[in-house]
Amino acid sequence: MIKIRELNKWFGDLHVLKDVDLDVAEKEVVVVIGASGSGKSTLLRCINFLEFAQKGQIFIDGKETDSRSKKLHLVRMEVGMVFQHFNLFPHRTVMGNVIEGLTQVKKLPREQALGQGRELLEKVGLSDKADVYPAMLSGGQKQRVAIARALAMKPKIMLFDEPTSALDPELVGEVLQVMKNLALEGMTMMVVSHEMGFAREVGDRVIYMDEGRIIEEGLPEELYKNPQHERTKSFLARLL
Amino acid sequence: MLDLPWDFTAIARYFPGFYAAALLTLQITFFGILVGLVLGLVTGLMRLSTFKILNLPAKGYIWVIRGTPLLLQLMIIYYGLIDLVNIDRMPAAIIGLGVHNGAYIAEIFRGAIQSIERGQREAALSLGMTPTQAMIRVVLPQAFKRSVPALGNQFIIALKDSSLASAIAVRELLLRARQMGSSTLMMLEMLMIVGIYYLMMTTVLTLLVGRVEKRLQVSDYRD
Ligand SMILES: Nc1ncnc2c1ncn2[C@@H]1O[C@H](COP(=O)(O)OP(=O)(O)OP(=O)(O)O)[C@@H](O)[C@H]1O
Ligand SMILES: [Mg+2]
Repeated sequence: MIKIRELNKWFGDLHVLKDVDLDVAEKEVVVVIGASGSGKSTLLRCINFLEFAQKGQIFIDGKETDSRSKKLHLVRMEVGMVFQHFNLFPHRTVMGNVIEGLTQVKKLPREQALGQGRELLEKVGLSDKADVYPAMLSGGQKQRVAIARALAMKPKIMLFDEPTSALDPELVGEVLQVMKNLALEGMTMMVVSHEMGFAREVGDRVIYMDEGRIIEEGLPEELYKNPQHERTKSFLARLL
Repeated sequence: MLDLPWDFTAIARYFPGFYAAALLTLQITFFGILVGLVLGLVTGLMRLSTFKILNLPAKGYIWVIRGTPLLLQLMIIYYGLIDLVNIDRMPAAIIGLGVHNGAYIAEIFRGAIQSIERGQREAALSLGMTPTQAMIRVVLPQAFKRSVPALGNQFIIALKDSSLASAIAVRELLLRARQMGSSTLMMLEMLMIVGIYYLMMTTVLTLLVGRVEKRLQVSDYRD
């Protein structure tokens, strides 16, 4: 589904991604962990071209995308993204947020978009909040709306950048539950998250990033219990 | 009784006689602001562009307009360009005020657009919107709302600045006061009349802007 080859990204002089190679299969759930500043967000953002890598190749569903392409919006349509800080559109209602992509990008008639919107809100358990503005929601509810908004585009893969780290602890569970359901339905997912429970339950693979490189990967159970690399060990020790 | 050199009852007597002039003041202001809004939006967006061909002219326009007096700008348009084009005094006043305000409004819009969190645009792009769609659907609506207080302020300045059109012979409030002052020999009284007119108009404008701000807060959504 995703194939990344020798991806390199610099911010000025800062070398943020170093020869990253990664394959994500269809229906696979890949969890990305690593210290702050190791390049996790940048990697995800390169995959849907919110950042442009200077070197390397990115294939999505077999097609290579050139970051200079004028059709980047078509690629982004297939790659859903959920942000740490939700980034809901504050001037639109919950339903307005969910159908925005359907009416504006897919140009669906409003009635049809509303129908799909209702289904999506039901899926994330927020049917009763359709007409409310995002400011009235809790963090967990906001993130579930953001997930529904991304899902509306029927993406081939969903990217999650620390979807629960801005949430109060008691709200983390409801968001993870939605993500778990999604994984069980067979969505291809890449998730930056340090939630081990989630990784153990639905993760197929955990990737450890360190200073812009993927230095270790493996099954969640194995990587958490028995990390090979020194740096992975000390990172996990600090996490626990 | 105190014997003042002024006759303040004249204020009441002559007050209605300024009605037509007040209308002209309102017209210059209204159309000037309209021109200013259009120019301001276009220039503000150009100013934010990464393309130099768009960015540099916008910068130059703002630099020149903000760096020179409105009075001079009006005179250049009305008297200075006379060999080139003959613009009537009213259109000249409206164009002058509009071009002048456009520069300030451009900066207001630019600031408001830049104040919208980067994540808003990114969320829009990640849904598959083009950069233009993201600007129109997501960034601008929020930026407009955020610029209302500053715009209101600018409109009030524009209303008062319209008095400079008196220098290019537009018979708006201030020129009318000076003419009436000379003919009646009651300069202070006439100036006070236009003072009252300006105060009434700026007060109404302030209240209107406040109403709009309140209205926008109903769907308040800030988080
Ligand atoms: N727009 C930017 N301009 C310059 N430097 C940046 C930019 N974005 C990120 N960086 C730098 O790139 C490096 C990697 O950042 P990135 O956000 O990918 O890390 P991360 O692994 O997601 O960290 P965190 O866990 O804190 O989110 C950091 O050193 C960061 O300061
Ligand atoms: Mg990050």
